[in-house]
Amino acid sequence: MGAGGENVVIKDGKREVVMAGNHLAAQAAVDVGCRFFGGYPITPSTEVMEYISDILPEVGGTCIQMEDEIAGIAVAIGASMSGVRSMTGTSGPGISLKAENLGLAQMAEVPLVVVNVMRGGPSTGLPTRVAQGDIAQAKNPSHGDYKSIALCAGTLAECYTETVRAFNLADRFMQPIFVLLDATLGLMHAKAVLPTLEEVQAGIVPRKKFEGAPEDYRPYGVEQDEAAVLNPMFQGYRYHFTGLHHDAMGFPTEEIETCRKLIDRLFNKVDAHRDEIELNEEFMVDDADVLLIGYGSASLAVKEAVMRLREQGIKAGMFRPITIWPSPEERLNELGKQFKNVLSIELNQGQYLEEIQRCMGRRDIQKLVKTNGRPFSPQDIIDTVKEVF
Amino acid sequence: MAFNYDGYLRMEKMPTLWCWGCGDGIVLKAFVRAVDSLGYNKDDVCVVSGIGCSGRFSSYVDFNTVHTTHGRTIAFATGVKLANPTKKVVVVTGDGDAFAIGGNHTIHGARRNIDLTMIVIQNFIYGLTNSQTSPTTPQGMWTVTQKIGNIDPTFDACKLLIASGATFVARESVTAPKKLEKILKQALEHKGFSYVDALTNCHINLGRKNKMVAAMDTLDWIDSITTPKKKWDALPEEEQMNLLPTGIIHHDDTKREYCDAYQMVIDAHEGKRGKITSADFDKKI
Repeated sequence: MGAGGENVVIKDGKREVVMAGNHLAAQAAVDVGCRFFGGYPITPSTEVMEYISDILPEVGGTCIQMEDEIAGIAVAIGASMSGVRSMTGTSGPGISLKAENLGLAQMAEVPLVVVNVMRGGPSTGLPTRVAQGDIAQAKNPSHGDYKSIALCAGTLAECYTETVRAFNLADRFMQPIFVLLDATLGLMHAKAVLPTLEEVQAGIVPRKKFEGAPEDYRPYGVEQDEAAVLNPMFQGYRYHFTGLHHDAMGFPTEEIETCRKLIDRLFNKVDAHRDEIELNEEFMVDDADVLLIGYGSASLAVKEAVMRLREQGIKAGMFRPITIWPSPEERLNELGKQFKNVLSIELNQGQYLEEIQRCMGRRDIQKLVKTNGRPFSPQDIIDTVKEVF
Repeated sequence: MAFNYDGYLRMEKMPTLWCWGCGDGIVLKAFVRAVDSLGYNKDDVCVVSGIGCSGRFSSYVDFNTVHTTHGRTIAFATGVKLANPTKKVVVVTGDGDAFAIGGNHTIHGARRNIDLTMIVIQNFIYGLTNSQTSPTTPQGMWTVTQKIGNIDPTFDACKLLIASGATFVARESVTAPKKLEKILKQALEHKGFSYVDALTNCHINLGRKNKMVAAMDTLDWIDSITTPKKKWDALPEEEQMNLLPTGIIHHDDTKREYCDAYQMVIDAHEGKRGKITSADFDKKI
């Protein structure tokens, strides 16, 4: 079973497997050291929990199905606070319910990987159909000021590799990291080429730990562009977790400067290290006349459209943000100056379009959007390119 | 020699934000004494609290401490415990946390019989936010959201917990601190979900508007609505209705604890045992 089992072919130093996206996310988690999963069933993400409930106990880890979505994230945050790599999985309605505790994880700087397999919304929407409706939500799911990091897989292999990256980023930046899949990728069952287990394990970036004397330990007393250093529980470093504004030891405070510096730091720790977070794919962009911007499963159709358009004499290229938040501000700004014709393609009403407009500093970006639960076909994109440019 | 609390408290956080005469401090002291009598290492204990006056409990005790979102204490504590089954995880929470916004987690934590000790500092009102109705506010009492008298029926917390599957359920009030300490000790020693209903006075936000202005007035009222379980058992049903029994209400050592149950899952996946069947839960443990 799975990427660790007998159906794996090793070829050119990579693992070749036939698996579904949701299963790949679960396998990636266990491969990169996740030992705790808490969740609640929700279509189309449930296969993440179903799969990990088998493979976590194989390595001594724990998977628990909780009584609701809120408990699903709370139990995972609790495990992570104690020092264990943890994950929860859900879909859009579940994120809505988990929002408050996502805020706690941001405020208390608790690392966590949150897989969101997106479906049609708002509300119950189209549970078994595809959408990319949670892009805006991923930026600010909870109230208050903090800086989200959200990664968006665009291929089956990325369901694995982006989950791996999310765990390392979570421990590096000490905050929840979204892995955005969607119904198409999550349920797609096909070949994926993955890095070897050894490669994944060699790349693990463990959570920082303070090794000095307990009396010198200041978990939140770090530089203004760094994340908190939260030692595991039960090892002699007793401190306090809270969702309140807090001081260097984690204790509640309303002291003016401490409060200001805390929220500034939650932003700075991400902004100052964007180069460690940003990841994009550029496909045939160099000589292109038309720039297509798409992400997630929609980019599969975009890529196909680029190739077909080129066969028809239209030089198209694709820019695909893999890290959705923070957005690739600088690169989008450059591309906005370079290309007159830009088309944004999304399975929502244009949630990322506003960010593209902001980064490019222009409003004349064309858009192709769809919110009826169906994926794009390459022809949809080809027709739009011919129509608008 | 007087008991030295300092070693268990974060003295730099004193005084607490609790009002003068508040019983929360008595629960705090009883808890510290219970922990001390059991000889736990401070590093091996985690205290998880929620929102409200009781929420600040965790910041005053020198253990691994977590102050969480409103009502979700049991869920967070379940994560800490499952990931660290050998450690002592204690939830200190309030009646709003436990029976209103977090009711679902309370009943499911009890149902799992996970080895947590849940202490509800039960003051019959939302104290920190100034007198809103709680699920345990007696009918007819003034609250800021029901000024002509509360119409909402109350939960009997202990009955709810027993029905949900908790294997140790007890009630004591701050008017009997030594008994409270003893009950807390027994709850901590119990393996499985243990629940302590710690009745306390909020004379400021419950008593003041309900003719129990002084702390002692509210404490006297608590005494008037409680009676030891043995006496309570002997009462006719119509008298039982108006009184809350104190002491150990329910104690069952035969149910499988959840972390132990999960170990069966791990053992099965590691090939050390077969599938789990109902027979695994039948036998007395």
